[in-house]
Amino acid sequence: MTTDDPIHTLSEAVNQAMDIAMAEDPDVFALGEDIEDPIGGVMKGTKGLSTKYGRERVRNTPISEQAIVGAAIGASLVGMRPIAEVMLMDFFAVAMDQVANHAAKLRYMSGGRTNVPITIRTSVGGGRQFGAQHSQSLEAWMMHIPGLKVAVPSTPHDAKGLLYSCIFDDDPCIFMETMSLLFTRGPVPPGRFGIPLGVADVKRAGDDVTVVTWGWQVPEALAAAETLADEGISVEVVDLRTLVPLDRDAILRSVAKTTRAVVVHAATQFAGPGAEIASLVGHELFGRLSAPVERLGAAYSPVPYAAELESLHYPERKRIAATIRAMA
Amino acid sequence: MTGATAARGGGAEPAGGPTGEKDHGIHLLQQMLRIRRFEERCAELYSHSLIRGFLHLDIGEEACAVGVIDTLSPDDAVVATYREHGHALARGISMRAAMAELEGKVEGCSRGRGGSMHLFDAATRFYGGNAIVGGGLPIAVGLALADHLQGRRVVTACFFGDGAVAEGEFHESMNLAALWHLPVLFCCENNLYAMGTALDRSESETDLSLKAASYRVPSWEVDGMDVLAVEDAARSAVETVRAGGGPHFLELRTYRFRAHSMYDPDRYRDKAEIEQWKQRDPIPLLAERLTASGVLTDGDLERIEGEVGAEVDDAVAFAEAGTYEATEDLERFVTSEPVRAGEAS
Repeated sequence: MTTDDPIHTLSEAVNQAMDIAMAEDPDVFALGEDIEDPIGGVMKGTKGLSTKYGRERVRNTPISEQAIVGAAIGASLVGMRPIAEVMLMDFFAVAMDQVANHAAKLRYMSGGRTNVPITIRTSVGGGRQFGAQHSQSLEAWMMHIPGLKVAVPSTPHDAKGLLYSCIFDDDPCIFMETMSLLFTRGPVPPGRFGIPLGVADVKRAGDDVTVVTWGWQVPEALAAAETLADEGISVEVVDLRTLVPLDRDAILRSVAKTTRAVVVHAATQFAGPGAEIASLVGHELFGRLSAPVERLGAAYSPVPYAAELESLHYPERKRIAATIRAMA
Repeated sequence: MTGATAARGGGAEPAGGPTGEKDHGIHLLQQMLRIRRFEERCAELYSHSLIRGFLHLDIGEEACAVGVIDTLSPDDAVVATYREHGHALARGISMRAAMAELEGKVEGCSRGRGGSMHLFDAATRFYGGNAIVGGGLPIAVGLALADHLQGRRVVTACFFGDGAVAEGEFHESMNLAALWHLPVLFCCENNLYAMGTALDRSESETDLSLKAASYRVPSWEVDGMDVLAVEDAARSAVETVRAGGGPHFLELRTYRFRAHSMYDPDRYRDKAEIEQWKQRDPIPLLAERLTASGVLTDGDLERIEGEVGAEVDDAVAFAEAGTYEATEDLERFVTSEPVRAGEAS
């Protein structure tokens, strides 16, 4: 990518989006564990914000995930735009009553008589030997609950634009920050911009095989595509950026062209998001595919600590390349 | 201790003495009767399958909703439970909108999407019935946080039962509200049974106000069958909360005369116990006091019953004349912008 935009980490991009949102709208505030300075968030997403905006608007909470999310919901019912941080996605299990039974349903249960404009930022582990309770990619769980929107940026640029859009969206948005990408760098336009939710981005154009992916697996897919280009296989990488809304058109447009698709994700493969996408492609493009849709997701096991096992748990560039090679 | 109320945890004693004003006493009586007769009709409609799903009646507990909500201002907020018809009516949701909701009609306060357990009306700041035990408490804390951040001097009254005290959300919410000194009035309607399990089989410490006090939240035990006692305690607590006194907790000791829900055969309570509590029915209790003090005179009760009966009849007629939502709207209101069919599901 050629751009004159300044280079930042994904974490800095997240910070910028919150900073801009808080500066322009007094109804935006943040709450979560250890988000105040000097810590500024365990992953540094809120660094400097409590110093700039004060501890009323950037407030530390006890380790009480249900209360964090529930308080965000309550404040959102009167028009505030809270940004709750659930430190690790695994901890959603603790907060899930508020997420699934309240945030996701209040609009529908009230016949559309309220918005629930909250954003829940969360870090997603994996690949860092954090073990079974600090490493889960639970996007399929979120997708399965009607009412939630789910964003998973793969670049600093997308992180800033998507988070800004989530904060000002009128529905509950789950914003997943992939830990292994948090300190990767890329160009980030200064100032305010949003990326519409539900619009995928073709991160690499190609003709032979489509990789549908998001988050952590985007750079893995791009690396696989680079390797395969040397072998004469042209790979298109579609970064969904949001899973809900799902950009069906972008998926189908790409696969209609390449006639081959592989869905790659860090979520468990069994009953994972790839199943939905494979079903969509199979149904809509039946008879036009040159190969069955392949899926590459995490193994059917809790995430292991041992490095040798963890490296096998998630799909990575070599397996992605091997899968594509076999179907091209 | 003053009268039927005991204080704990450093809060000011609530001001004693019932309000002697004639109109006010009659107003309280009428509000309780509206709830009672509405719910009795609900039970009938349920047996005719015009109301379906789960139905949890508040009968016997009306003094709690009426006594507390009467002390709130229109700017204050209310969060309730799945046993919330009384709270909704006391708060000012029309009987028509409530009954239409129970019958699943578009004219219902939640457009028929919610049903008995999900009455909702932002206009009266009634932020929902809620069918998850304890689920409303964190939301009440959030409403109060917003009021705090936006500089409004208002109170959020959060109702829940004794069963909710066993949920983690109760403890997280009490702690957070106290830590942040937020304007929440926690109203625990202790009817002695968490669904079908008695309090002493559900709680290692059965003194619920002690639990609240352990979070440094001033707590009061109140006779929840005496609407004047509830109102006195609530008025005092609301004033203190509104003045910046932080969260307060009222344990309203009450009893439901009917089963937990229409599905509950109610085999876990002694008939004698139920009968004993019925002797303290909040409606005759107030009516007798108003009669004794000359506020309620001959014909008043009949007149009120007539008005209430007419209102219930009107609400039922309104609901039955209502419309069902178009089936193509099944996926409306899932998100703010309609997501194209199949796009996100």
